[in-house]
Amino acid sequence: MKPRSKRIAMIAGGLAALAAAATLVLTAFQQNLVFFFTPSQVAANEAPQGRTFRIGGMVETGSVRRQPDGVTVRFIVTDTAKSIPVVYQGALPDLFKEGKGVVAQGRIGPDGVFQAKEVLAKHDENYMPPEAADAVKRAHETSRKAAQTVVGGDGR
Amino acid sequence: MIPEVGQVALALALCLALVQSVLPIAGAARGDRAWMAVARPAAQGQFLLVAIAFGCLAWSFAANDFSVLNVATNSNSHLPLHYRLAATWGSHEGSLLLWVLMLGFWTVAVTLFSRHLPQDIVARVIGVMGLVSVGFLAFMLFTSNPFDRLVPAAPDGRDLNPLLQDPGMIFHPPMLYMGYVGFSVAFAFAIAALLSGRLDATWARWSRPWTTAAWVSLTLGIALGSAWAYYELGWGGWWFWDPVENASFMPWIVGTALIHSLAVTEKRGTFKAWTVLLAILAFALSLLGTFLVRSGVLTSVHAFATDPRRGIFILAFLAVAVGGALALFAWRAQRIGAGGRFDLVSRESLLLTNNVLLMAAAGSVMLGTLYPLALDALGLGKISVGPPYFETVFLPLMAPALFLMGVGPLARWKKAELPELAVRLRWALGVSVVVALAVPFIMGRFSALVGLGIGLAAWIIASAAVSLLDRVKHASSGAGIAARLASTPRAYYGMLLAHVGVAVFVVGVTLVKGYEAEKDARMAPGDTLALGGYTYRFDSVREVQGPNYVAARATITVTKGADTVATLHPERRVYRVQEMPMTEAAIDNGVFRHLYVALAEAVGDNAWIVRVHYKPFVAWIWGGCVLMALGGILAATDRRYRALSRAPQAAAYAAALAR
Repeated sequence: MKPRSKRIAMIAGGLAALAAAATLVLTAFQQNLVFFFTPSQVAANEAPQGRTFRIGGMVETGSVRRQPDGVTVRFIVTDTAKSIPVVYQGALPDLFKEGKGVVAQGRIGPDGVFQAKEVLAKHDENYMPPEAADAVKRAHETSRKAAQTVVGGDGR
Repeated sequence: MIPEVGQVALALALCLALVQSVLPIAGAARGDRAWMAVARPAAQGQFLLVAIAFGCLAWSFAANDFSVLNVATNSNSHLPLHYRLAATWGSHEGSLLLWVLMLGFWTVAVTLFSRHLPQDIVARVIGVMGLVSVGFLAFMLFTSNPFDRLVPAAPDGRDLNPLLQDPGMIFHPPMLYMGYVGFSVAFAFAIAALLSGRLDATWARWSRPWTTAAWVSLTLGIALGSAWAYYELGWGGWWFWDPVENASFMPWIVGTALIHSLAVTEKRGTFKAWTVLLAILAFALSLLGTFLVRSGVLTSVHAFATDPRRGIFILAFLAVAVGGALALFAWRAQRIGAGGRFDLVSRESLLLTNNVLLMAAAGSVMLGTLYPLALDALGLGKISVGPPYFETVFLPLMAPALFLMGVGPLARWKKAELPELAVRLRWALGVSVVVALAVPFIMGRFSALVGLGIGLAAWIIASAAVSLLDRVKHASSGAGIAARLASTPRAYYGMLLAHVGVAVFVVGVTLVKGYEAEKDARMAPGDTLALGGYTYRFDSVREVQGPNYVAARATITVTKGADTVATLHPERRVYRVQEMPMTEAAIDNGVFRHLYVALAEAVGDNAWIVRVHYKPFVAWIWGGCVLMALGGILAATDRRYRALSRAPQAAAYAAALAR
C-alpha cells in the first residue's frame, strides 16, 4: 500500500472504531437510564409499567413490617401527599429508619405494590437522600398551590 | 493562637506561590537566569509554609480545639487520636489543605530531582505548579478557610462521620491525592514544553518517571478506597460505579493512556500532540475529581446554591487552568510537527488502539457520571445511571484492550509482520484457550463470560512469558541467561509486572462476578446457614463498648465438613455522637476466597438479619492493583532516568531498550 492510502485506511479504521464505541455507549446508556418518580407521580400513573425506576420519599412511621420469613420487609414510602407500599427482600441499609428519607429502585407490580430490588443508602451522614427531599418538597409545593387556589376561590 | 499561625502561614504561602509562578516563568521567557533561579527556593519555602499550616490544623484536631469550626464539625473529644489526625483531611477544607501539601511535596521533589534538566524547563515546570498552587490557596483562603473560628467555642465536636473512622480512611485520601496531584507534574512538563516550543523525545523522557509515579499512587489510592468500601459498607461489593469512585477512575484511565502514549513519544517521537493533550486532560480530570467529590455537588447539585462563591470559583479555576492550557496548545500545535511514520501493524498502531479504547472508556464513565448531574442542574428531572450501564460498556471496550496487551509488547516498532507475531504467540494462544475452558469446569459451572475473562488473563500472562523468553534467547550482550536478564532494563520488567497485575486483577473480577454467592437470613442463636460449601452457625450476640460507640457483637462459627474454618465477629455499632448505626463486617481472609459476614439488623428475640457472602478470588482484585503499582515503581526507577548525564552509557541503554 502507498503511504497515502495507508493513512486513509488508518483514519477510516479509527473512525469506524469510534463510531462503534459511540453506538455501544449510547445504546447502553439509553437502556440503563433509571428515572426517578415521586409517590404522587406513581399514584397518578405517570411511572412506567414493567420498567425499572426509582421512587423516593419518607418511610412512613409505623409502616415497617418484617414478614414471618424474616427477610421480606414491607413498608410505605410517602411524600406526605401520596403513599406507595413497598416490598423488599433482604437486609436494609444502615441508614434506613422510619420517618427518614429513602430511595428504592425496582418495578411496580400489577397489585400496585412497588417491588424493590434495591434500597439505597447514601454515603452521607444526612438521613435525607436528595431525591427523597425533592419528592417531599414537590408534594408540599403542590399542596400549597392547591391551598392557594382554594383560598383564592373563597375570596371571590 | 496556633490556628492563627496556620492562617498566617497559608497567607504567606499564597504570596510565595505567586513569586514562585510569576518570576520563573517571566525569567524563562526573558532568559533572565536570576529570575529563573528563584523557582527552587520559592517552591521549597512555599512547601514549608503549607506544611506549617497543615501541622497547625493537625495540632488543633489533636488538641481538641473546638473553637476552630472545622474541628468542631469533624471531630470529638472521644475520637481516638489517630482518627482525630485523619480527620484533618476528613472535611472539605482540610482535604484542600492536604491537596496543596501534596502539590508542595511534588514540587519539592521536582526541585530535588531535576539537576540534569535545562534551567528554563525547570523554571517553567515549577512556575506552572506554582500557578496551580496559587489557585488552590486562594480558593482555600477566600471560600473554604480551614482555620475559621467558632465563637463561642463548642463544648464538644460533632464527631467524624463514622464511615470514615476506619484505618483505610487514614491512608486512602493521602494516597489518592498523591496520585491526583502527581499528574500536575506531567501537566507542568507539558505546559513547559509548549511554552518553550521544544516538544521532543527528551521532554517525554523527563516527564515519564513523574507520570508513572503519579499513576502508581493513584492506583494504590483507588485500590485502598475500593477495599475500604468492600469491608466497611457491609454490602460485599468492591466497586459501585458511584460518582465518587468514577471521579477517581477517570484520571486513572486517562493517566494509563498517557503512560503508553509517552512511551511512543519518547521512543519514536510520534503522538507528540496527542501526548500533550492527554497530559492536560489527565490533570483536568484530577481537578474535576477533587472538586466533584469535595464540593458537595454530588450529594446535591444545589449545594452550590448555598455557597455560590465556591461554585463560581471552582468553575472559574477549571476554566482558566484547562481553558488556558488548551488555548496554549492550540496556539503552539502547529509547531509540534509530525513524528516518525509507522505501519498499520506496528507497536505504534497497537498503542494507538489502546489509547482510543481507553479514551472511549473514560468518555463513557464521564457520560454516566456527569449527565445525571447536568440534567439535575438544569432542572430537567432526576435520573440515575447504574452499574449495568458501566458493565455493559466496559466489557466490549476492555476485552480488545486486554487482547492487545498480549500482542503489543511483542510487536516491533514501526513495522510488524502479522504472520511472524502469530508464530511467536501461537503457544500462548493455545495455553490461554485451554485455561479458558478448564478453569470454569474446575470452578463447577461453565459460563462464556468467565471463560473469556480467564482466557484473556491467561493470554496476557502467557504472552508476557513469551516476551521474556524471546529477550533471553536473542539478547546480544552476555553469554549466560543470568547476565542477559540482568542487562534487561528495569523498565521492561516493570511493564511486564504491571501487565501481569492487570491479568491478576481480571482473574479476581471474573471469578468474583462468576461464582460469588450471598444470602440474607434471619438467625437466632443456634441457627445455621449453608453457603458455598461452608456452614455458618450463629452462636451468640453480646454488647461491647468501643471508645465512642456501643456495638452488638456476634460470634459466628464457620465449619466445612467436620473442620472449624473460622470464628467471625461481625458487629453492629451505634456511634454515640451522631447516633449513626454502622455495620462492621467480619471477614475470613484467604487467597482463594473470602468468607464475609455482616450483621444487618436486630429483629427481636436475640435474632438478627445476617448477610453472608462467599467471595471467591476477591483478594486478587487488590493483589492485581498492588502488582500494577509495583510494576510502575520498577519502571519509574529505571536507571536511564537517573544516569542521563553519562551520555555514551545512556545511548547504549537506549539502544537496548529500542530493541
